[in-house]
Amino acid sequence: MIRALTTRRTELAPFLLLLPAVATMLFVVALPLIFSLWTSLTPYKLTKPNTLYDFIGLTNYIRIFGDWDFWEAFLRTIAFLTVAINVEFALGLGIALLINKITWGQRGLRTIMMFPMMFSPILVGFQFKFLFNDHIGVVNNALQSLGLTDQAIPWLVDAKLAMFSITLAEVWMSTSVFAILLLAGLFAMPRDPLEAAKVDGCNSWQVFRHITLPFLMPFAYIAMAIRSLDVARAYDLVAVMTDGGPAGRTELLWTLVARVGYDEAKMGQANAMAYVSTILSVLFTWYFYRKLVAARRYMGGAE
Amino acid sequence: MAEITLEKVVKKYGALGVVHGIDLTIAHQEFVVLVGPSGCGKSTTLRMIAGLEDITGGLVRIGGQVVNDLPPRKRNISMVFQNYALYPHMNVRDNLGFGLKIAGQSPAEITRRVAEAADILGLAPLLDRTPAELSGGQRQRVAMGRAIVRNPDAFLFDEPLSNLDAKLRGQMRAEIKKLHQKVKTTVVYVTHDQVEAMTLADRIVVMRDGQIEQVGTPMEVFNHPVSTFVATFIGSPPMNLLPGTIAGQTVRLADGTEVPVPDRLKDFVHDGMAVQLGIRPDDISPVGHGLSQDGPGAEVALTVDLAEPLGMESLIYTRLAGQEVQAKLYGPRIAAPGEVLTFRLALDRAHLFDAATGKSVRVR
Ligand SMILES: Nc1ncnc2c1ncn2[C@@H]1O[C@H](COP(=O)(O)OP(=O)(O)O)[C@@H](O)[C@H]1O
Ligand SMILES: [Mg+2]
Repeated sequence: MIRALTTRRTELAPFLLLLPAVATMLFVVALPLIFSLWTSLTPYKLTKPNTLYDFIGLTNYIRIFGDWDFWEAFLRTIAFLTVAINVEFALGLGIALLINKITWGQRGLRTIMMFPMMFSPILVGFQFKFLFNDHIGVVNNALQSLGLTDQAIPWLVDAKLAMFSITLAEVWMSTSVFAILLLAGLFAMPRDPLEAAKVDGCNSWQVFRHITLPFLMPFAYIAMAIRSLDVARAYDLVAVMTDGGPAGRTELLWTLVARVGYDEAKMGQANAMAYVSTILSVLFTWYFYRKLVAARRYMGGAE
Repeated sequence: MAEITLEKVVKKYGALGVVHGIDLTIAHQEFVVLVGPSGCGKSTTLRMIAGLEDITGGLVRIGGQVVNDLPPRKRNISMVFQNYALYPHMNVRDNLGFGLKIAGQSPAEITRRVAEAADILGLAPLLDRTPAELSGGQRQRVAMGRAIVRNPDAFLFDEPLSNLDAKLRGQMRAEIKKLHQKVKTTVVYVTHDQVEAMTLADRIVVMRDGQIEQVGTPMEVFNHPVSTFVATFIGSPPMNLLPGTIAGQTVRLADGTEVPVPDRLKDFVHDGMAVQLGIRPDDISPVGHGLSQDGPGAEVALTVDLAEPLGMESLIYTRLAGQEVQAKLYGPRIAAPGEVLTFRLALDRAHLFDAATGKSVRVR
């Protein structure tokens, strides 16, 4: 009898010990998730708290899926993410390869390289907004002084140029994430397979293409997993630089969510969009994570 | 035809000289082993042949062509590295075929030659695995397969077996030898293990501090070491060295013991010369338990300090002329510590080295 009791107690112990963590998780993650999921199923308006209790099923979802503005923001977000991450990867790889070659002053460069990451995205947004201002901006000023153009280029006003400018700011801010992770990869790279490839007949480009790059891909996937989460939730840069304009042509998912939720006070519908956006980020991250796991499987044989 | 020649090859890292002017000719299809203690410049020499290290001075020729300024890919050589250096992200098949693919061979040709190499090395069941899924011995085999598929002018091996356990090392050593008999190609093989050198080489190159100490067939190097360095490096257990002076027709050892100067060395010594008498453990054996029973010799009574029975033979530690020496007892007989046995020194096989230079008295 006593014996049975003690075993019962030891069986319970792990669960008791986990309880605080579980409770915190419930409170911090699960409750808000459930609450926002619920609101996405109601016509909740911030100005009319009572609407929180009207259950309307999937109406919000049906409405946003039928809304072309939403789809435009959705596709634009995917395009933005794809372009930004690829450009950051390419530039980051180039920087990492160059820094890896340098023998003198490498530490200093590595530190300088991280500067853009130290600024708040809002400030980066403001800075680029001023750089790209069509009247007083440094960019137009420089172009005109150099005689490359005699008009003021509407960097943030023209729809295509505005998206370009935002992407540029994003790339400036975050290329170093790729550069740093890829540099770490280069430092960890074993020398022997490179030499084996040279003996096997590769020129420098082929060594890079067939040996170095595959070795670096897990590091790139880590950066991509981190960055896809980051870019998919991009808000601050856009809000500051164009606020989704002109005429919604730089609207991304989260600026749209904020507009619908706060400006139009349609929190229920905004939360439905937010759910779709979150699932999108998770899908991207999951995809890169899968790639990472697959790439890491063979790296056990690297040494 | 791929003869490899080194002419006064020098390697310096900044001011630090690592290889000091090596001259060596490796014949077509010859298996040459560079052997020497760690840090003596073997790998550096090999890597200069491969093109992985710049050559500071001198000339390296492969098949008559000076290759000093050619990158590795233009030298048509294969190399097997100590750490296997497989491509971790490719399976065995792609590892083997990589060089052929880079060379622009057709897929059919690649498949055929990979299958051939896999067959020679018993890799066929492993073709779809990645290196991470292979044991050390299997990885080593893949590294060798990768070297042979390309049909190169020469194979370069850098300590290929030193990461394997003793048993596997023995097996792979035999496989490398068989491989060379099947795939007749020039081989330059680097090792610090004198057993590998003795068993594999057509010719051994003993290196010391960036220089060549001696070049010769295994039997030449074993039977006629040019210096105490080679004498103690080649052969296991190492040759015993006993300091002494030449007194007429005898060598007077430290404690006054006199042994006759071997006949074949009589012309090379003079009275009063300070020497070291070199005698291998195999040539000091209890009477009736040695390798040679006839020929000139000397008999001395020695006390057994320690005996290590190995089955058909025992290694015996004893003292001769006040110095610890190792001796061999052949035949299944136990020798007990403290036992006094009459040992026979096979003096016809003894060596004499100039005590001042460490060189054999036969080389001047
Ligand atoms: N990159 C390098 N820079 C400076 N010294 C080196 C370098 N590589 C090798 N050495 C030195 O050259 C010597 C010979 O090295 P190595 O050829 O690798 O010896 P082994 O293969 O015979 O053990 C060693 O003393 C080693 O420290
Ligand atoms: Mg070495």
